[in-house]
Amino acid sequence: MKRIAPRSTLTAVLLLISGTALAAGAKVPLDQAQTDLGNMASIQRGAALYVNYCQGCHSAEYMLYSRLAEDLELTEEQVERNLILTGAKIGEPMVSTMDPADATVWFGAPAPDLSVIARSRGVDWLYTYLRSFYVDPNRPIGWNNTVLANASMPHVLWQLQGIQEPVFETQTDETGVSKEVLVDLKLATPGAQTEAEYDRTIRDLVTYLEYQSEPAKLKRESMGVWVLLYLALFTFLAYLLKLEFWRDVH
Amino acid sequence: MKQPQGPIMRTATGLLHWTDQRLPVISFWNKHLGEYWAPKNFNMWYFFGSLALLVLVNQLLTGIWLTMHYKPDANEAFASVEYIMRDVPWGWLVRYMHSTGASAFFVVVYLHMFRALIYGSYRAPRELIWIFGMLIFLVLMAEAFMGYVLPWGQMSYWGAQVIISLFGAIPVIGEGLTEWIRGDYLVSDATLNRFFALHVVALPLALVALVVLHLAALHEVGSNNPDGVDIKKHKDEKGKPLDGIAFHPYYTVKDLVGVGFFGLIFAFIIFFAPEMGGWFLEHDNFVPANPLVTPEHIKPVWYFTPYYAMLRAIPDKLFGVIVMGAAVVILFFLPWLDRSKVRSIRYKGWISKTMLALFVVSFLILGWLGAQSGSTTQTLMARIFTVFYFAFFLTMPWWSAIDKTKPVPERVTE
Repeated sequence: MKRIAPRSTLTAVLLLISGTALAAGAKVPLDQAQTDLGNMASIQRGAALYVNYCQGCHSAEYMLYSRLAEDLELTEEQVERNLILTGAKIGEPMVSTMDPADATVWFGAPAPDLSVIARSRGVDWLYTYLRSFYVDPNRPIGWNNTVLANASMPHVLWQLQGIQEPVFETQTDETGVSKEVLVDLKLATPGAQTEAEYDRTIRDLVTYLEYQSEPAKLKRESMGVWVLLYLALFTFLAYLLKLEFWRDVH
Repeated sequence: MKQPQGPIMRTATGLLHWTDQRLPVISFWNKHLGEYWAPKNFNMWYFFGSLALLVLVNQLLTGIWLTMHYKPDANEAFASVEYIMRDVPWGWLVRYMHSTGASAFFVVVYLHMFRALIYGSYRAPRELIWIFGMLIFLVLMAEAFMGYVLPWGQMSYWGAQVIISLFGAIPVIGEGLTEWIRGDYLVSDATLNRFFALHVVALPLALVALVVLHLAALHEVGSNNPDGVDIKKHKDEKGKPLDGIAFHPYYTVKDLVGVGFFGLIFAFIIFFAPEMGGWFLEHDNFVPANPLVTPEHIKPVWYFTPYYAMLRAIPDKLFGVIVMGAAVVILFFLPWLDRSKVRSIRYKGWISKTMLALFVVSFLILGWLGAQSGSTTQTLMARIFTVFYFAFFLTMPWWSAIDKTKPVPERVTE
């Protein structure tokens, strides 16, 4: 990617104050993703991460590479050279090269399509999920996740994050039954990135997924401001018109 | 004052005259706008009639454009909606105008009905206006339900499954009836196709026809007003009610202000919160329909939740369906249940005011309960408020008759 903007200090500050508290259980408290679709550099970094780490297994059937080029302010050549790793043409959808039949054999099910994943799951869920993998020898693939337990997705980004291990605590309930509960994750083997760097990486990736789930979101909010201003003016003029006409009535 | 006319105005006047000799355009205009005498004391509650018409036009127009790209096919429907959202120029805007318009329609219609409730607009001689309005409400519910199925997401699919299976509770014919509705043993491509036909052709035609009848009946007897007084009792020598003003221009310009305020809220939702936090577009509906995976929590869109709460509150399925149906049907009888001597809440006593306030609270709480998972406490609450919902109507002939009323003025007060 050619356009990599310098890391903003604001993002760094936000990263420092954002906690990474994790808890086990069906409903995990989610960390705030704090994505910003106004940050084009973040979307572009996320797109690079996405095609490198996600697209090997996941398709985004409704997303065309040409849409990506237009929205991410890239030329078609830039997209072809940097973001198309599957040999697809610029006007084709961003599908994975993994055969769904193979996926079923390898993982038990085809990897879900990610076209609108940020709309069904929400960005906070994705942000927390992608930071909550831990090693679990009881699982066929060796990984588990506190946000979505016993799913078949391996930790694709482990070389960046490192390897997290679960921290168990023995808890006894009112009836006197005690059991092992996963209370936290600790980084056992560091990865290529620090915790703050990895959080930023995931934030970029989730920002991209948010964009991919609704490309129109890039423009609709800025457009909305003008529409509201126009309507406010219209309403004001309509009100003056009404006052003028109604002078006959009162 | 007669002004000298230029060639364009002369041609236009000539054309109008030519047409009017062949089609009653001028008398139609006068009957429904230029000389339709509306009471001069309409307040903001009277915006919602014209707003409902505006939303109907919005739904028809955006619907036509969506139909140009949407594919009513179980294998392509979800993808075609995403195609509209991404690759059709301005497709996202048209789609959000339509999806937000569906919710806006119910907001506006519920407020319009509430207006009738507080000012007694359903009372004689306006019973037929109310009946046509209720039929519009009924068709609108069918229209909204079938429209929600078209994106073919998980909630589209399972919502349809739940609602259609309700007909199965009917003894003897139930099972056959559900198959007849679906056109299959389960919700499938056949269902999607027929819902598309009904949603884009049959029901919109019925809606428009009913709106014409609703307005024709209204313009025959004239509008009610916040005082509930009959403005036709006091007319000038030309037969114009003293408290009446021409709908056009006075209410057309006033409604324009209403359109402006409505447009601001409508546009805000479209551009800044089109999902409305999952209330207008549900998160689960961004997962393609899957007949093999049931979503954790199936719930209808907010405008059906009060009735859904009543359905779930009843342990017996058939009785639940009957209660849900009765909750809508009972509204038709409102003109004959209200025995008050006055129309408007302004001149009713404390019993009517309290009952109406409790009714509104019940309806809102039922709406909230219908969107919840339905715990034991919530089910108990739903039962209590369902009982009150029906009690409000069934005991109305009694409490509306004994409630003390204030004297109604001869003329409107503002």
